Amino acid sequence: MSKPVAQEKILKGIDASPGICIGKAYLVDKEGVDVVEKYFINDKQLQGEIKRFKAAVKKAGDEFQTVLKNRPEELQRDYILETHIALLKDKMLYGRTVETIQSEGVNAEWALKKIVSDLKATFEKMGDEYLRERAADVVHVSDAIMRNLVGIASKNIAAIDKRVILVANDLSPADTSQINLERIMGFITNRGGKASHTGIMAQALEIPAVVGLETATIAIKSDDLIIVDGNTGTVIIDPYEQTLFEYEERKIGYEDYRAVITRESHLRAETTDGTQLEVMANIEFPEEIVSVKNYGGDGIGLYRTEFQYMNRPDFPEEEELFGKYREVVELMDPKPVTIRTLDINGDKAVASQSGLDEVNPALGLRAIRYCLRKPDIFRTQLRAILRAAAFGNVRILFPMIAAYFEICAAINALDDAAESLEKDGLPYKREIDIGIMIEVPSAVVLADLLAEKADFFSIGTNDLIQYALAIDRGNRNVAHLYQPMDPAVLRLIQRVADVSREKELEVYMCGEMAATAHHIPLLLGLGMDELSMNPQSMPRAKRVIRALSVSDARSLTRKALKKKTARGVFEIVQSAYGDIISELEYH
Amino acid sequence: MNSDGHNKIRVTTIKNELGLHARSAAQIAGIVQNSFANVWIQKDNEKADASSIIDILTLACAKGTKIAIIIEDLADLAILNAIADLVDSGFGE
Repeated sequence: MSKPVAQEKILKGIDASPGICIGKAYLVDKEGVDVVEKYFINDKQLQGEIKRFKAAVKKAGDEFQTVLKNRPEELQRDYILETHIALLKDKMLYGRTVETIQSEGVNAEWALKKIVSDLKATFEKMGDEYLRERAADVVHVSDAIMRNLVGIASKNIAAIDKRVILVANDLSPADTSQINLERIMGFITNRGGKASHTGIMAQALEIPAVVGLETATIAIKSDDLIIVDGNTGTVIIDPYEQTLFEYEERKIGYEDYRAVITRESHLRAETTDGTQLEVMANIEFPEEIVSVKNYGGDGIGLYRTEFQYMNRPDFPEEEELFGKYREVVELMDPKPVTIRTLDINGDKAVASQSGLDEVNPALGLRAIRYCLRKPDIFRTQLRAILRAAAFGNVRILFPMIAAYFEICAAINALDDAAESLEKDGLPYKREIDIGIMIEVPSAVVLADLLAEKADFFSIGTNDLIQYALAIDRGNRNVAHLYQPMDPAVLRLIQRVADVSREKELEVYMCGEMAATAHHIPLLLGLGMDELSMNPQSMPRAKRVIRALSVSDARSLTRKALKKKTARGVFEIVQSAYGDIISELEYH
Repeated sequence: MNSDGHNKIRVTTIKNELGLHARSAAQIAGIVQNSFANVWIQKDNEKADASSIIDILTLACAKGTKIAIIIEDLADLAILNAIADLVDSGFGE
């Protein structure tokens, strides 16, 4: 029998995180039960483990029986379901899984997964299409057992056993937060746009990602050899040898380029006419401090605090939060760390299964709205932040402020938290800079009022653009209309910058917009004091800043603000700085 | 357990349109659950355990495939006949 020669297949998607990787695909199925943890069972516990497996099989069988019983009488016999019930106890599945647990001393999930993937491989080699598809029956049955083994809640991509490229329909923040960086070479998803969470996470992890591929999970099978080019948004399945060779070269070229720009990243970002711009990092985990330091960050411009509220049945305790914050603050000291308070609906994050679903969560009970509704949860976080502030240079940033009363209420809560710490006799620091995240259009309109209450503004472009242009950046149908260079967006930023100058506030930008080379001349011209971005974008941003002068950037920005379209703005930047940027950027 | 060298074999051909698919394999495996000794289905040089749906499926027997049903103990003769009848009847499809 001759092996069919695989046809190289190319998918085009959205480049969400730069870099190139070549490796085996790992498909995360929709229920997530495809990804399974492996651990060893000692001899004494082996019988217990086998019992656990048998119990899961029995439960799966009961589930099937229930479905069978509840079928309306008038329907024909359900042979498929009857076959599935028989398959549960099949020697090749049931018997061999028990044998594997015993002979290899591994957990039931792992043994089952091993047996099923062997079986799948056998079926997939079959010539007859109908029979080939019977693998689906086996998979269905084993999924039912697996669900009963691991329980619904624990889809676990934290314990993947080999270096792989993750292929998924979509990766939720909860999924990505569990990923062990050393195990993942890259991400591919069907859904998502340029600024979607998967992309942001991949950038944080410094691995390539291509999103918005639509059919990736259909076109790609686990263990397929694939190339992911996060620079161009290309995915190649079963590449020809020539293609592989070409991409190996490109990969080396890209890594060399990264090495060069990283080497000079510790130098300050000073324009040719002597203005210094702070280049800060956006982070989610203390672990990222290493890359912040490697890439020469001038501080943390945005420390996202949501992840400690995810993947758990309860809310984090003050001590736990304090420990994490303190770690980051101490590691960065004396450089500033901007801690953003909780920016999600915590009830949903914590009790991921329950809670009422909001039709429109982006416009729903989240961020400051949620925190003000839940004073206890808010206070726990505020106390942790104030306590961490005693150990270094902390700023606090309140997200989603849309009205004047919200910032007043947030500051009151901060004062209350300080007072309670005083009573408890715990060390803390109340004299920290207070910032307002400018990400709702109403906050731009009210910037002059809000300025009275704050020490700095931080413009969160991802949400501001989304709300101002009414574009869901995760929606593939409209993602192309998400334009940071839209004249409306520029005017919003201009207003915030003007008010800041007038009221003598610092003005920062912490959205992805700040990380794009073409935007930097405009941001410099508009008068941003700090740009904050994912750590690995910092060296390139610094490079771009060093090539610019403030006076040129200002006159360019004046012209850009007169343009009527995003395209027009882009063209004016391109004609002035295109050459410089393209020299500095990677191709 | 060794076979005693007195295997009984019946050769037949798959007649139903879909071949030995999940449901027909399940019917065979169902009968074999009550056997005294091993029962095998053989296609060319490949042998499958007839008590396992999955193993039977892996033989990939389409319509027209010649198979041998093998029992290791004469006590299972009734099972042999039952399987042969099932195959010959096209699994009642």
